[in-house]
Amino acid sequence: MKIAIPVDEGILESNVCISFGRTPYFLIYDTETKESVFIDNSAAASTGGAGIKAAQAIVDNKADALLTPRCGENAADVLKAAEIKIFKTTSESIKDNIDAFIEGKLSLLNEIHPGFHGHGGK
Amino acid sequence: MKVAVLSGKGGTGKTLVSVNLAAASAKATYIDCDVEEPNGNLFFKPEEICEEEIAVKIPKVNNELCTGCRKCVDFCKFNALAYIKNKLIIFDDVCHSCGGCSMLCPEKALTEEEKVVGKIQKGKSDQVTVYTGILNIGEATGIPIINRLLADNSVQEDKEIFIDCPPGSACIVMESIKDADYCILVAEPTLFGVHNLNMVYELVTLFNKPFGAVLNKCLEDENPAEKFCLQKNIKILARIPFDASLGALNSNAEIAVNESEVYKDLFSSLLEIVTKEAQNETATDS
Repeated sequence: MKIAIPVDEGILESNVCISFGRTPYFLIYDTETKESVFIDNSAAASTGGAGIKAAQAIVDNKADALLTPRCGENAADVLKAAEIKIFKTTSESIKDNIDAFIEGKLSLLNEIHPGFHGHGGK
Repeated sequence: MKVAVLSGKGGTGKTLVSVNLAAASAKATYIDCDVEEPNGNLFFKPEEICEEEIAVKIPKVNNELCTGCRKCVDFCKFNALAYIKNKLIIFDDVCHSCGGCSMLCPEKALTEEEKVVGKIQKGKSDQVTVYTGILNIGEATGIPIINRLLADNSVQEDKEIFIDCPPGSACIVMESIKDADYCILVAEPTLFGVHNLNMVYELVTLFNKPFGAVLNKCLEDENPAEKFCLQKNIKILARIPFDASLGALNSNAEIAVNESEVYKDLFSSLLEIVTKEAQNETATDS
């Protein structure tokens, strides 16, 4: 199973990024092979609709689940159409969240925010 | 002459100033570009209203023709399209109606359809022509409505046109002031008021517009907005006192210049100063 996580830097020791759509990188982690691949998030520099583009990238990278602290409604619509489940991260550590996910300790992200659209998001 | 009245926040007195300037002028056009909550019409109570719906073009996909080439997805700078599970998803609210996707689509799977986002109303109130832009609730941007309002008034050079802008300094305000000959910045005598005054000051400077400030709600105490104007060398066009009787007129949707000699004088003199300032600028420009 492949999981996607927005991350601040392209290393496993880095932190989960607070933003989904405008995170600098995504980690695509394969729970079977334990392989980590970091991809640049080209949506980060978008004028608008960053969440949609980032979600498209998650779909294209064939992730089955997304682990994120929060997610906007447009991105959530894309992920829902692709049947990708969104789980809420519980700490900053990437590794802790991966472990918690594998142990089935992460719950689904229930609060989908209406998007920041240029107003904050930090 | 086109005069735009703006401020960095709501409630500073944009509508008070623009409505009263239009009423003080002999023959004026008042345009309410504050399309999210237009209220100038409450004062003018215009009659003989003509209404026009404003629509934008939004792409519509025929999934039977779409081959999933994603040219449209890659093209859209606003990321209004996504291609998921062999289906194109279109986000209407994110779309800026540029038409690029349907133009590019090699399969002609995308067509454009109209989506109504609001309306404009035109009416008469004594000598004043009143335009009101109304954005439908839930719509992302009022810019198409403002465009239409201003396009309708683009050629009336001889008329005095007063544009009541939306609050703030975002795209919607830029759209409202872009054709203005002169900008009036309305400011409150508080530190917060100065912060907001600075926002619109930066905007009109960036747009290279001639401008001046109207200090509203003036008390006898120190006025931070006045201090800011002196520091930045901004011309103070008028001072409106913090006056309960003016507040009462406003709350009753009365136009102050029609009800009070004091305010008739104040706004007539403001109109004279603004006209002179605007003409000076035109003279120096040419």
